[in-house]
Amino acid sequence: MGREILLGDEAVALGAVHAGLSAGYSYPGTPASEIMEFLARLSAERPDLQAAWSVNEKVAYEEALGASYAGKRAMVSFKHVGLNVAADPFMNSALTGANGGLLVVSADDPGMHSSQNEQDSRYYVQFAKIFGYEPADHQEAYDMAREAFDVSERFNVPVLMRLVTRLSHSRSSVETREPRPQNALRAGERRDWTLLPVNARRRFGLLLDRQPELTRFSDQSPFNILSLNDKDRSLGVIASGVGYNYFREAWGPDRELPSYLKVSTYPLPEAKIRDLVGSVETVLVIEDGYPYIESRLKGLFGIAGKTVLGRLSGALPPSGELSPDSVRQALGLGPLPAMAMSGLPLAGRPPQLCAGCPHADTFKALTMALEDLAGAGVFSDIGCYTLGALPPYNAIHTCVCMGASVSMARGASDAGLRPAVSVIGDSTFAHSGITSLLSAAAADVDMTVLILDNATTAMTGGQPSFGSGERLMKIVEGVGVAREHIRTIEPLPKNHERNVAVIREELDHPGLSVIVAVRECIQESRKKRS
Amino acid sequence: MKQDIILAGVGGQGILSIAFVIDNAALAEGLFFKQAEVHGMAQRGGAVQSHMRISDRAIWSDLIPKGEADMILSVEPLEALRYLDYLRPDGIVVTSSTPYKNIPDYPDIGSVLDAVRKAPKAVVVDSERLAKEAGTVKAQNIVLLGAASGSLILKESGLKAMIETLFKGRGGAVLEANLKAFDLGRRAAADS
Repeated sequence: MGREILLGDEAVALGAVHAGLSAGYSYPGTPASEIMEFLARLSAERPDLQAAWSVNEKVAYEEALGASYAGKRAMVSFKHVGLNVAADPFMNSALTGANGGLLVVSADDPGMHSSQNEQDSRYYVQFAKIFGYEPADHQEAYDMAREAFDVSERFNVPVLMRLVTRLSHSRSSVETREPRPQNALRAGERRDWTLLPVNARRRFGLLLDRQPELTRFSDQSPFNILSLNDKDRSLGVIASGVGYNYFREAWGPDRELPSYLKVSTYPLPEAKIRDLVGSVETVLVIEDGYPYIESRLKGLFGIAGKTVLGRLSGALPPSGELSPDSVRQALGLGPLPAMAMSGLPLAGRPPQLCAGCPHADTFKALTMALEDLAGAGVFSDIGCYTLGALPPYNAIHTCVCMGASVSMARGASDAGLRPAVSVIGDSTFAHSGITSLLSAAAADVDMTVLILDNATTAMTGGQPSFGSGERLMKIVEGVGVAREHIRTIEPLPKNHERNVAVIREELDHPGLSVIVAVRECIQESRKKRS
Repeated sequence: MKQDIILAGVGGQGILSIAFVIDNAALAEGLFFKQAEVHGMAQRGGAVQSHMRISDRAIWSDLIPKGEADMILSVEPLEALRYLDYLRPDGIVVTSSTPYKNIPDYPDIGSVLDAVRKAPKAVVVDSERLAKEAGTVKAQNIVLLGAASGSLILKESGLKAMIETLFKGRGGAVLEANLKAFDLGRRAAADS
């Protein structure tokens, strides 16, 4: 078909489309957002391709699962912590199986460039007992996405593709192939999808029975490359995903390669691993994220007569993103000659709220309103406004997971903390704050919720928000917040005094209040003007 | 033949536009390339960098190993200094002299530029002045691309063709200003 320049994320999306994808769903989150951005652009010219942002990852997963049950090929994509949100349908869909091929793309963020943790999605592949891919480069991302749907239909399981930030957000060229047509609607077996205990036990048995086949398929996959060096048996390398790139980069083209196994599919290709381990003395495992393969190899007791090195052993750093430099060192290669740093102390330049950002004015008003209330707890959430934790604002006290601010403020209020304040954006509120507010409203908890309505999902680049404007006001009223304690402010410098007064009034109210700070994201209003 | 470049600057300064031009020019010349970029939280006014690799052979790592970079191309002088340890001992630094001061503890600009000039090969251009001269202060990134172009393994005509692709949708004046910004940057580097 041709060569295209694509982000790793986009290579997955295009591979899926060329595999006959009918429907894709997602909630924005770095580093996965560009998958749906790309699908949405394609879908604008392709009425047969549904590409939709969903209100959260669980909803997105279930939408994709519904499309799969209907017989169509479907994809759901999100960042790694999004899979936590979607874990309920994910785990159960391993039992129901897919009808049309179902690809789950989970983009991990080793190094936490834009995340709260660096959890490794490969554990979810094992947890659900399904099949998984871990591409090393853009071409594999495209090719594996294409293959994944066939595998999902052949083995009747969802297939998970694990990406990492470094591939998701790297650009390169990809050779594309002729697209495959979409599936027709196809009836399935409804008792397979109805997980009453009687059905669930039967389906779990089938899933367990399928495990040897999945392992055999993994062992035979050409994406897993085993190369044995019979002359030098001292070292063998097992490298997965982008770890393989760093191994090859560091080793260079001029020396004979040691024995190595490139791991790209899960369950682990056991026979190939045995061949590799059996033919070397020391095994170095290079994997980005958690020491998944290394800990599986070692188990509790290690391998008699072998040394296993990796992140657990200390040969590689236990956390953070791998780099060609850390892998060089683990391979026993010295650093390359390089220029020295200048010695000038370099002031850090952390991310910050944009000049003119409405959140800045909200934080100034909130901080002023809380000035004499030393014991206040300000529970916040995930979004641009999380930057309110940094100077000069120092305005918020928590960032845990999507929607947690509202529920945590309730718990703190129950515990006796006053005032208990929640600060949450409109998109995050729609994602996971509504049910928390419903719970707080039912008990009329003494707490104040600030919803920052900037009419977009700003941090990830301005995707649509489901809980903004008039709909947001109706939701707040609909879950049972007293009308006289639903207030709005416009966060602008000229309104500062009034905004402080409104916040103070509601902090004083001994029940639930919601203050909606309404002003459009400065980036979005700029985009519209230009 | 290969060239590894660290692109540096502050979120919003248009580093990804430089990367777009280089990526596409490299592909047009039949070269391999990989380009790792930063999205998400750091883009909000923070330090950003992109690892740009071009080669006539397949490229393994998306990230440039320390000591492999042939060039640091920075739209901001302090940001150029952040990545010196990625540079080969004989590598080149191409940077703007215009500081972007969105932090309270920005060091003395004189000492920043002195530190830049300690690199064995340093090209420092006044991107703000040249971009204004070209017609838009927003074109500082393209001034820097022009300043670097003489040291790139890519053809000047190929880079300019991609600048046209990038800006043609934004009106003739914008395109013209960016092409001029490229030329002014290229000339300033040649004269330095």
